[in-house]
Amino acid sequence: MTEALINELFAEFSGATLEDSLGQNVARVDNAEWFAAARVAKHGGFEVCVDVTVVDRMTSRPDRFEIVANLLSMQHQARLRLITTAPRQDPSVASLVPLWPGANFAEREAYDMFGIVFEGHPDLTRILMPDDWQGHPLRKDFGVGSVPVQFKESHQVT
Amino acid sequence: MTEETTTDQNLDIWVSGTEEPRFMPTDEGTQEISAEESGVRLDEQFGRVIEDDYVFDEDLGSDDERMIVNMGPQHPSTHGVLRLQIELEGEIIRRSKPIIGYLHTGMEKTAEQLTFGQGPTNVTRMDYLAPLHGELAYCLAVEKLLGIEVPPRAAAIRVLMTELNRVSSHLVALATNGMDIGALSMMIYGFREREAILAFFEKTTGLRMNHNYIRPGGVAADLPPGWKQDVAGIIDVMPGRLAEYDDLLENNPIWLSRTRGVGIISASEAIAYGITGPALKATGVAWDLRKAFPYSGIEQFEFEVPVGSHGDVYDRYRVRIDEIRESLKIVEQVMDVMPRGDYRVDDRKVTPPPRARIDESMEALIHHFKLFTEGFKVPPGETYMAVESPRGELGCYLVSDGGAKPYRMHTRAPSFANLQALPIAMADSLMADTVATVASMDPVMGDVDR
Repeated sequence: MTEALINELFAEFSGATLEDSLGQNVARVDNAEWFAAARVAKHGGFEVCVDVTVVDRMTSRPDRFEIVANLLSMQHQARLRLITTAPRQDPSVASLVPLWPGANFAEREAYDMFGIVFEGHPDLTRILMPDDWQGHPLRKDFGVGSVPVQFKESHQVT
Repeated sequence: MTEETTTDQNLDIWVSGTEEPRFMPTDEGTQEISAEESGVRLDEQFGRVIEDDYVFDEDLGSDDERMIVNMGPQHPSTHGVLRLQIELEGEIIRRSKPIIGYLHTGMEKTAEQLTFGQGPTNVTRMDYLAPLHGELAYCLAVEKLLGIEVPPRAAAIRVLMTELNRVSSHLVALATNGMDIGALSMMIYGFREREAILAFFEKTTGLRMNHNYIRPGGVAADLPPGWKQDVAGIIDVMPGRLAEYDDLLENNPIWLSRTRGVGIISASEAIAYGITGPALKATGVAWDLRKAFPYSGIEQFEFEVPVGSHGDVYDRYRVRIDEIRESLKIVEQVMDVMPRGDYRVDDRKVTPPPRARIDESMEALIHHFKLFTEGFKVPPGETYMAVESPRGELGCYLVSDGGAKPYRMHTRAPSFANLQALPIAMADSLMADTVATVASMDPVMGDVDR
């Protein structure tokens, strides 16, 4: 039932492909159609934006970043995952905050962690990392790093 | 709510840098009682007029009377290291902004360095008051990618443990909520009952918190001998204790006046801001993932979804009390039907061989060693699995590239999303109600910052 609904919703988008990922509904849309597709989904019954996150695909896909929005329809008891891509250079995508104010923190986290610029976001600032932090930690080319830990005073073993 | 209304006036987002410098110094004038002594003005000054989304007359107070107060990050009633930037006009909060990240430890990055088998040790430390829910969401996602089904006993144990965890988490919420408003006895009472549940957790999992008990493929260990008596003891004692809470709070005029009509969130606001859990149920929306997208066979047990009507602090407290009752109902039913059988899936790919086999078989030893050093490989794919944690929808978005470690693990933290509602709940209310509102949202900073 929900598949039919989603098929109907995304019929107007030329770049949209619908997939079934282990029984979950996934719609892949073009970067340019991201906001329009989200708006259609919202008016089609997906009234909650549960989450917005990013996957850094590095070189395994033509476009490096995948932006993933988890939508939820309470009335249809269904979930839909909207996925779009953003290129390696200056990755950006339209912000979903005008549709769902709840996307605010999630998009700020995505910006903080991956450096994706959400165009139209009212307050796109770092949220978890310090304001003067350099780089975006969850990118795959950001090293894990380590801090040497000395648990107690010990003699140097030579 | 249409998008037109959400774009303009209802978007309560404090944009960084919009604070004007002249707001910053504290103005002594705000402390003075105004000379105008008309009834309306006095009521406002004494804070008798409390309405949700109360729109102030712009002429009422000049900009000079506004000041910005930082509450936290080291404040006893912010439940961790939450910082609230509050713009005050006299005693009234005009705008507020939660500032987070003080507890950020990069757990999503850490998850990419740990194998799928080690993952639960990481996620259990996110929401430290509901560790088993975090583990469950993660393990459900791993199992979804692997395409394995856990045995009925493992599923029943998971339901039993997570529902007990919901009770213990709500008890902390009630205890700290009471403490923050001044009902100090509630703090002692809540922690006393929680201790009984944590003692059972310690007996079963070895630890009071951060259990690493739910693992991909089942649970780490079977329930200990005598578990039925322990759980029955908890179930027997709780109704009486809940009645004591009612005596303490329900008939307490101070408690009622501090919680009723305070920190109101409407249903449409809650849905627009993606708020879940007791904060959403308190607005009257009967949405529970255990009913909508059941997991671990929870659909076979009977329980109700408690709802409130006003979406205020009192309703959130009431929903938590009722959820404790419903969770105990589930626990009681699980006890009765607890299936026999294995507590781990019979799949050598994910389940290590039994301890006894390691002593007698070289292959079993190698198998065990490989599983715990290299881990098991998970087929490529991506999935999102969510459970109803005590704070709302706790989801795990897991991407695998076919290796033994997650390519990406993202946790949809309920506290993180719920925190966005603080500005709308607190806007145009009294400064003194901040603490009650924050406590009623029950944010766990480990869950917010991850």
